[in-house]
Amino acid sequence: MKNFEYARANNPADAVRLVGDRPGATFIAGGTDLLNLMKDGAQTHDRIVDVNGLALTDISHGNGFLRVGALARMADVGAHRAVREKFPVVSQALLASASPQVRNMASIGGNLLQRTRCGYFRDTGSACNKRIPGSGCPAIDGENRGHAVLGVSDHCIAAHPSDLAVSLIAVDAVVLTNGPHGERRIPFGDFHLAPGDTPERENVLTHGELIVGLELPLTPAAAKSQYLKLRDRATFEFAVVSVAAALDLRGRTVNDVRLAFGGIATKPWRSTDAEAVLRGRALDTATIDAAGRAAVHGAIPRAHNAFKIDLVQRALSRVLHELGGVR
Amino acid sequence: MPDNSETPKQQHKRRTVLKAGGAAAIAGIAAAHSVTEASAATQAQDAALAADTEASAVPIVLTVNGQARQLRVEPRVTLLDALRERLDLTGTKKGCDRGECGACTVLVDGRRIKSCLTLAVMRQDCAITTVEGLAKGDDLHPVQAAFIRHDAFQCGGCTSGQIMSAVAVIDEGHTGSTDEIREWMSGNICRCAAYPNIVAAVQDAAKEKRP
Repeated sequence: MKNFEYARANNPADAVRLVGDRPGATFIAGGTDLLNLMKDGAQTHDRIVDVNGLALTDISHGNGFLRVGALARMADVGAHRAVREKFPVVSQALLASASPQVRNMASIGGNLLQRTRCGYFRDTGSACNKRIPGSGCPAIDGENRGHAVLGVSDHCIAAHPSDLAVSLIAVDAVVLTNGPHGERRIPFGDFHLAPGDTPERENVLTHGELIVGLELPLTPAAAKSQYLKLRDRATFEFAVVSVAAALDLRGRTVNDVRLAFGGIATKPWRSTDAEAVLRGRALDTATIDAAGRAAVHGAIPRAHNAFKIDLVQRALSRVLHELGGVR
Repeated sequence: MPDNSETPKQQHKRRTVLKAGGAAAIAGIAAAHSVTEASAATQAQDAALAADTEASAVPIVLTVNGQARQLRVEPRVTLLDALRERLDLTGTKKGCDRGECGACTVLVDGRRIKSCLTLAVMRQDCAITTVEGLAKGDDLHPVQAAFIRHDAFQCGGCTSGQIMSAVAVIDEGHTGSTDEIREWMSGNICRCAAYPNIVAAVQDAAKEKRP
């Protein structure tokens, strides 16, 4: 790891200034991804600003929403009673993430900024458009079993790794930030970016902009939600495919629904097309299957990841059958 | 339990030999024949970094096993390297150095973390417990005793991390069933696959209350 200057911020304004002033600076919270990236040389920084001293760990009730501080740890948010009761999909996604030790360390804000597990991205001996723009994408014609089939471009097919982010997009979360240009509220669906021509840009944050918290709106759908993560071993592994669903049924009819997917896309992937198939219709096997087909419409399979297109439809079917009590 | 009376040059042990071999490799001498593990050279480099006391190093205080320890480290030094290479607390093991194996698990303010994924400078003002801090004199911690009773290790490389995680898993109350223990111990990998014995040891230790 290349050495760097270390600074500890005492308040958000300090943190923003200490990073904003220096192009090579970045924040550190849990450090569970950043330090690996720096050890691997996939990222280098000449200043690290420690934000762990900021008072941003609270989980509190607001008017119609739950507010989660950006420095709340994954373990604490996953176990929090209000999160388990009002946002089960979020709690389940968190408890299916990483390992207990990492969940004790990693922050909610940092989780949203973790970088892809694409082996070419992490290996500085490989070309990678995300790491070195213009150098090429070896994954497209290479080893791509873990890669995305949706939201891809000719420049990058790396899958987004976060379970939490998939669950948050399914509950209409809002990202709260504090940056050099003041405070912002960013709807979760606008936060992450598909690679397009600029795979190095993964979200809309500007340099020095700090995530300070999340707002989770309390809704009937969020309260009846579920996360299913399928992986290559029973636990402590990234998703091959995952599904986050939030469902508000009136009788047998879908009043409102959110469907989001992980492992198959370059960013936390919400399918409004699949939701539209279900909304206002009776929830049964036929409509569930139609929603699955809509969710993968336009998917682009590669040599090793075409199986995800079937797998994710089956995963969605299982979640909606369970959540909706459909036999 | 830890014997801190030993001075560095008193004995040649496996790790002092490895350290010497690694230092030679850094100096550019063809010392590959003396390095027995593929990762030893990298680990020796990290050790050299951890030992660096150039101007970029900063003075810090780490509270480890109840003792305040003063040291100077560069900001890039992980808690794991500071414990092992600077404080000679080599009970905490360096396996993957990427947060994937759990061998480096320690408790910070009572919570288990992976010490390879955090910087020493970030862990001042915390109470750090390593495997050396579990026993009270010759009295082993119940988890240590249970690991011996159940033969819950083979090579021992993962064992201190398994024990630290097991202490935490019992405190957290995640020992209701073997499935629950397996899930909540999943951050600790055992390449010898001593898992059945580890699970049995955790289950057994969970029944005991420490006096």
